[in-house]
Amino acid sequence: MRGWGRLTANGMNMDFTDEQITRYSRHILLPEVGGKGQKKIAKSRILIVGAGGLGSPAALYLAAAGVGTIGIIDSDVVDLSNLQRQVIHHTSDLDRSKVRSAKEKIQALNPDVTVVMHEDRLTSRNALELIRGYDLVLDGADNFSTKFLCNDACYFADKPLVHGGILRFEGRVTTIIPRKSACYRCVFKNPPPPGLVASCQEAGVLGVLAGIIGTIQATEALKLVLGVGRPLTDRLLDFDARRTAFREIKTKKNPNCPLCGDHPTITELFDHEPEVCDVKQVKVKVEA
Amino acid sequence: MLVKINGKSEEVQGATVLDLLKAKNIDPHMVAVELNARMLERDHLATTPVKEGDQVEFLFYMGGGR
Repeated sequence: MRGWGRLTANGMNMDFTDEQITRYSRHILLPEVGGKGQKKIAKSRILIVGAGGLGSPAALYLAAAGVGTIGIIDSDVVDLSNLQRQVIHHTSDLDRSKVRSAKEKIQALNPDVTVVMHEDRLTSRNALELIRGYDLVLDGADNFSTKFLCNDACYFADKPLVHGGILRFEGRVTTIIPRKSACYRCVFKNPPPPGLVASCQEAGVLGVLAGIIGTIQATEALKLVLGVGRPLTDRLLDFDARRTAFREIKTKKNPNCPLCGDHPTITELFDHEPEVCDVKQVKVKVEA
Repeated sequence: MLVKINGKSEEVQGATVLDLLKAKNIDPHMVAVELNARMLERDHLATTPVKEGDQVEFLFYMGGGR
C-alpha cells in the first residue's frame, strides 16, 4: 500500500503518495516547480502527433516528468528502419502498432501517466475535436501536410504548439502560441512543391537528432505547463549537428500570414496533398 | 558588398534577393526568406534590393520527424 504524504511546497498543500514524492523529488526541489508545479504537470494533458523519432524521446521524458495524460496519434506500425532513432520502440515491437508499443513503454516507465491511444492519422476531419481535448500539442509528424495541419488546428483550437523538424544533420524547434506569436505559416506559407524537399526517408537523418530536437520539444512543453521561463516563441531554434551549433532566427507575426495575418484566406481546416512517401520503396545501397 | 547570410558575413554580387538565391543555386520554392527580420513574399524576391549590411535568412523547410 502506498502511504499518503502531505507535501508543503510553495505554500500549497499537495496530496502526493510517498512514492510520488520520491519519484518527482528532483522536480519538487526546484523552486520554479515545487509541489505546486508538479501538480500542474500531473494535471496536464499533452497530445503528441507521431510516435516516431521526435515523439519517442518527447513521450518518454514527458512520461518520466509525470504528465497526467499523454495522447498519441499515429496510424503506423513499427518498421525495422525506425529503430535507428525511434527509441520508444524495441526490436520485439516490429510490425506492432506504434501507439500501442509507445503506451506500453510509457506505462512501464511511469504508471501515474494515462495514455490515450489514437490509432489514426491526423486529418482535417478529426484534428479540431482531438486537439480540443488537450492543453497543448507536440508536433512529431514526418510530413508537411500534417505539420501544416497541426499549425492550423492549434490556431483554430487556440492551443499552444511545439513544432519540431529534423533532416540529415539538422533540426529545428519553435513554440507557437496562437494569436500571440508567429505561427508556422507566418514563416512558411505553404508546404513546398511535391518532390522539391527531401524527406528523412529519402535523404536520411542522423538518428540522435531526433533525441536532441524531441527533448527540446518536451522541455518547451513542460515550460508551458509550468508557466516557467521564456517560451521559444517568435524564434526558430536551428541545430546543426555537424558543427554542434545552435542558431536562433527571430521571427514575428506576419501581417500577410494566410492563417493569422490581417486578411486571412484560411478560415477552416483542410488537408494539403500528402507527399508520396513509402519507406519500403526506398532501397538503400551500402557502399563496399 | 558585405551581407550577412544565415548569420555569416559574405561578399556578394547582385542587386536583389533573387540574385542572391540564384548565385547560391537555391530554388526559391525551397526556402522562406527573411530580410532584416521581415518575411518576404516570394513574389517580391525579384524586386527586393539587397543593400550593404543587410541580414538575410534563407530558411529551408525541415519536415522530418520520424
